[in-house]
Amino acid sequence: MAKEKTSKASRRNFLKQSTLITVAAMAPPVALKAAEEQWDERLASAIENVPLNIEVNGSVHQAKIDPRVTLLDFLREHLQLTGTKKGCDYGQCGACTVHVDGQRINSCLSLAVMNDGRKVTTIEGLADGAELHPMQAAFIKHDGLQCGYCTPGQIMSAVACIREGHADSDEEIREFMSGNICRCGAYPNIVAAIREVKGGSKV
Amino acid sequence: MKQFQYVRPTEAGLAINALLKDSGAKFVAGGTNLLDLMKRGIEAPERLVDINRLPLKEITKNDQGFNIGALTLNSSLAEHKDIRKDLPLLSQALLAGASAQLRNMATVGGNLLQRTRCPYFYDTSMPCNKRLPGSGCGALKGFNRMHAIFGASEHCIAVNPSDMNVALSALDAIVQLSGPKGKRNIPIQDFHRLPGDRPELDSVIGKNELITGISIPTSALKHVHYLKIRDRSSYAFALVSVAAALDLEGTTIRWASLAMGGVAHKPWRLTEVETFLAGQQISAGLFQEAGTLAMRGAKAYEHNEFKLKLAPLSIGHALSIASGLVKA
Repeated sequence: MAKEKTSKASRRNFLKQSTLITVAAMAPPVALKAAEEQWDERLASAIENVPLNIEVNGSVHQAKIDPRVTLLDFLREHLQLTGTKKGCDYGQCGACTVHVDGQRINSCLSLAVMNDGRKVTTIEGLADGAELHPMQAAFIKHDGLQCGYCTPGQIMSAVACIREGHADSDEEIREFMSGNICRCGAYPNIVAAIREVKGGSKV
Repeated sequence: MKQFQYVRPTEAGLAINALLKDSGAKFVAGGTNLLDLMKRGIEAPERLVDINRLPLKEITKNDQGFNIGALTLNSSLAEHKDIRKDLPLLSQALLAGASAQLRNMATVGGNLLQRTRCPYFYDTSMPCNKRLPGSGCGALKGFNRMHAIFGASEHCIAVNPSDMNVALSALDAIVQLSGPKGKRNIPIQDFHRLPGDRPELDSVIGKNELITGISIPTSALKHVHYLKIRDRSSYAFALVSVAAALDLEGTTIRWASLAMGGVAHKPWRLTEVETFLAGQQISAGLFQEAGTLAMRGAKAYEHNEFKLKLAPLSIGHALSIASGLVKA
């Protein structure tokens, strides 16, 4: 443990010290400004940033980001796609559900950089222009929500649930939707919405 | 989350080298367990080696059985046509674990290495010998409802949380490892450890070793059932689970394979019960006896005494379903 701490400290210190050596060669006012604005910290993190190429709702994005940023935070904080919600941030509630290459995942438990080269669909990418996706329309029709916070995750999960072929009965829908928690308890209406879309009847 | 360096090798050899170079490095695959632990400050790798681009995602079948790449997703494995047909026990166990979203991220290798969900392991303000060796066990005299009834020690009473591992145990899977000293194969029963006085070690995997896959031999055990008992009907860790597999000739048991989850630091294989069942006629009475026999050596703590009743009943029920005596 102690050894690991030392090596961690030394790598970061090396990055910071290299900056300080550069700063020391500068005129005093510049050096002061550098210290004030924490150039050492900023340089160290700039070196650690990782390039990311990602397609979100059909648009390609290129960024250089801190590898600690989760896919959820990247969508919300970097792309301002705030439809995807942060509930628990630990993969327990499903509010952050998005599709990556067509598969539903918890975006809070995936680093953005791990999704380099992938195609992401969020709740914002589901509708066809002004026309709602049938699942969105069904949630409205069946009152599949109360406060609405879990709804984007529920809808993304529900679309995938049908696509995976796991919506053949109410029991199966409940089992395969269990990763999306609704604290308002709109479950019966959510199941009804999914059942209707699966049945292909007009919504 | 502490800062780390991120690398993404595309070959197994390069991945192992990336780990060798840095004692604070860790592999990440699905991330469903590691990122959770990193956010809570329980894990703080200095370097994260993303192995998702390694070519370890194939499921192949031959005369001997199945070979499954370590990066196969839990969902892909559970839904695989041949796995559902030939190894339904594994498919059932996988589908009993986590949620659809998590199964789309979590890999076979990661599931093998899944850490315990003991609340004292997760709470950094509490003592835990697994998280911080020497700090004590908060669960021993604490809230230990979810904890072990078999093979625990005074240092740790945590359980292995995986469903997949329980099925793999009953199916005699082999874990394939690759490291700087070469490759080795370890039977699943020897892969996970009991806590003893080193509870920080969940398995025997070496520091710089990579799980490349698992193999599962062709099985004659065609009558199977995975029974999982939990606090809610889906998306919860097991209080007790049973993987039951039987080879039947009419109503005679040729051979049985049984493993339990939620009761020990590793998948708990019941070899004594298997020997007892061999050659006997299936009946509710026999399966009840099997459950009672399985409890030999069990030890409960303040809050998990119910497992001493729940576990034998679960074994009896799982065997009844597997043998066709009762419907699931």
